[in-house]
Amino acid sequence: MRTLMWVGWTNLRRDRVAQALTFLLPIVFFSIFASVFGGQGDAATARIRIAVVDEDHSEVSARLIEGLTNEKGLRTQTTTDASGKGTVLDRAAAERLVRGGDVPVAVVIPAGLGAAFSANGFAGGGPSVQLLSDVSDRIAPQMVLGLLQKVAMTAAPDLLMQGGMRQFEKYAGAMTPQQKVAVDQWLPRLKAQGHASGTGNSTATGAMPITVDVVDVMRTDNRRGSLISFYAAGIGVMFLLFSSVAGAGGALLDEAETGTLERLLSTNIGMTGVLVGKWILLALIGCLQLTVMFLWGRVAFGLPLFSHLPGFAVMTLFTAAAAAALGLVLASLAKSRAQLSGFSTILILTMSALGGSMFPRFLMSESMQKVGLLTFNAWALDGYLKVFWRQAAIWQLWPQILVLVTLTGVFLSLARLLARRWESA
Amino acid sequence: MNVLSIRDARKRFGNVAALNGATFELRHGELLALLGPNGAGKTTLIRAITGRVRLDGGEIRLFDRVLDGRRTAPELGIVPQEIALYPLLTARENLEAFGGLHGLTGKDLAHQVDWALERIGLLDRATDLVKQFSGGMRRRLNIACGVLHRPRVVLLDEPTVGVDPQSRDRIYDMLADLAQSGVSLLLTTHHLEEAEARCSRTVIIDHGKVIAAGTMSELVDQTVGRFRLVTLRLDAPIDGDTAIEITGRNNGSALDGDGRILKARMQDVATELPPLLDDIRTAGRAVDDVDVRGPSLQSVFIHLTGRELRE
Repeated sequence: MRTLMWVGWTNLRRDRVAQALTFLLPIVFFSIFASVFGGQGDAATARIRIAVVDEDHSEVSARLIEGLTNEKGLRTQTTTDASGKGTVLDRAAAERLVRGGDVPVAVVIPAGLGAAFSANGFAGGGPSVQLLSDVSDRIAPQMVLGLLQKVAMTAAPDLLMQGGMRQFEKYAGAMTPQQKVAVDQWLPRLKAQGHASGTGNSTATGAMPITVDVVDVMRTDNRRGSLISFYAAGIGVMFLLFSSVAGAGGALLDEAETGTLERLLSTNIGMTGVLVGKWILLALIGCLQLTVMFLWGRVAFGLPLFSHLPGFAVMTLFTAAAAAALGLVLASLAKSRAQLSGFSTILILTMSALGGSMFPRFLMSESMQKVGLLTFNAWALDGYLKVFWRQAAIWQLWPQILVLVTLTGVFLSLARLLARRWESA
Repeated sequence: MNVLSIRDARKRFGNVAALNGATFELRHGELLALLGPNGAGKTTLIRAITGRVRLDGGEIRLFDRVLDGRRTAPELGIVPQEIALYPLLTARENLEAFGGLHGLTGKDLAHQVDWALERIGLLDRATDLVKQFSGGMRRRLNIACGVLHRPRVVLLDEPTVGVDPQSRDRIYDMLADLAQSGVSLLLTTHHLEEAEARCSRTVIIDHGKVIAAGTMSELVDQTVGRFRLVTLRLDAPIDGDTAIEITGRNNGSALDGDGRILKARMQDVATELPPLLDDIRTAGRAVDDVDVRGPSLQSVFIHLTGRELRE
């Protein structure tokens, strides 16, 4: 018994891959999940980007926008450019931002809101503020809705009070001059309180002075099916990576170990030919794998595959090509099948977690979302999301395709460089 | 005519000189054995010929063309020591795959595949998966894949390791046929008796350089000489004084162990053995067994490379 324990412990001490799988991988995963779900990230955690359209141009709308801008949980954009440059947003431009995935929510303050707000106070009755939202993100619209109500309550208490006084006088009779003087003296203090509370974290209570309509701007025919595509892509890309690495390992490491690689290199095709041949095969198998996955999604869950076939084909082709190239890099890098298996498991699971294969990236902090863009998964998933959810035309996939093509080129070049170890000493 | 010439081949891996001026030739239609202890430089040499190792110095010429060390020359056929086959393909599919990669197509490919299957005795198992084959069958197919494209020079690394005597015979018959048809073959092996019996010449390499080369008789002449080792097993030990007398009269003889084994080195057994037998009879002893052995490649090899382990 003691000897067996000693042998096992010695093996573990000398196997760095096993050590990484045993100790490092759980820590990496714990950190990612804690950052996403535990609010352990930086100050920018869960900061939601919103576009705001002011169709009212009143003091109330200005106060609302100021209040939203001061909210720590929001990053407000009122122009076509997120940096504040560009033209002032109108409803159509804001909707384009939402549909394009630039922001999950746009707030449209309709004309007449300020007048109704000032006239009616808590009684409301004015036109509804509209939240143009992408419902694939189920969290952002709800958060913005709550914050908007809070801002409405706190950003303009003086205007709210004025409206309330008018309502009071309408139904209870006019105030005395002394009362009016007292109210007029109080209003500046209320206004000052409103500015101060705009940066706070207090929550709105009581009756709501404005009404809000949530509008789904994606207008998809098959919302459930389109959302299924997101998960099909997420899981599909993660397993595509696993199968590409396994296939590439079989293609290169096994062939090197059995001697068939040596024999292949003695033929006319050379190492470049071997790599290209393996890459094309792996990419085709990857395409087949994703196609089977999405077909199952179509049959079992109503995923709208056939209505998005061109976009699916383009994304699948480039995603599979990049995954196959990554598999070749990892196989060329590893010294043995065991090393490849351990190392790739760590890498793929980490990339999948950061890249959105396990949970949507919009749940992450901004900094983590940016880190996620370093992963292969994030770009592939963004592409599939554009196709199935945002109904994007093929040309609109160019950023994702460009990144995937670049990654493919880089991976293939790297694999070719690393594969020199099998060629000549 | 030399088809392959290695001249002063040098290669270092860090502080280790894997090749240290190796020089030898492979002639047209011969089966040449490349022998050496572990780590002597055989594999590095083979890999240099196949373009897997670039030499630091010296040159390798194939049909009078200097090899650049970057790619395998098309005239070469390679048979690696590993079973370099695809286990989930059939024998025919493996042959078709490697034949195709060597540029064979259509009827030519089909003809060569049939020829190879017939030659290695696997025609009736052509459609069986390789993973179902025995070690000997795989070994034969491994060789067939390396010679399918009619190479003019074939390099074989331990082609008979791990196979039974029947398969070994079959493999050497096949190599002999190839040599007879004009193919030149260079093989490495640790089976010295095979090299002695089956190869036309032998090159012995150690510490990265060739220390002997030639036919068996040339090697014997160069090293241990043409003596025979005669071993006599007696019915009873010979006592001390008589033993001294007998070994004194018969130069190069000695008693072993308990005095019942008498060993003698003889240049001419026919004339030297009878007087020794007379002496034994005179001493009152009988001979139970006689063993006469000529010089072997084993003795040449040990003579040249010593008995130290090289691992």
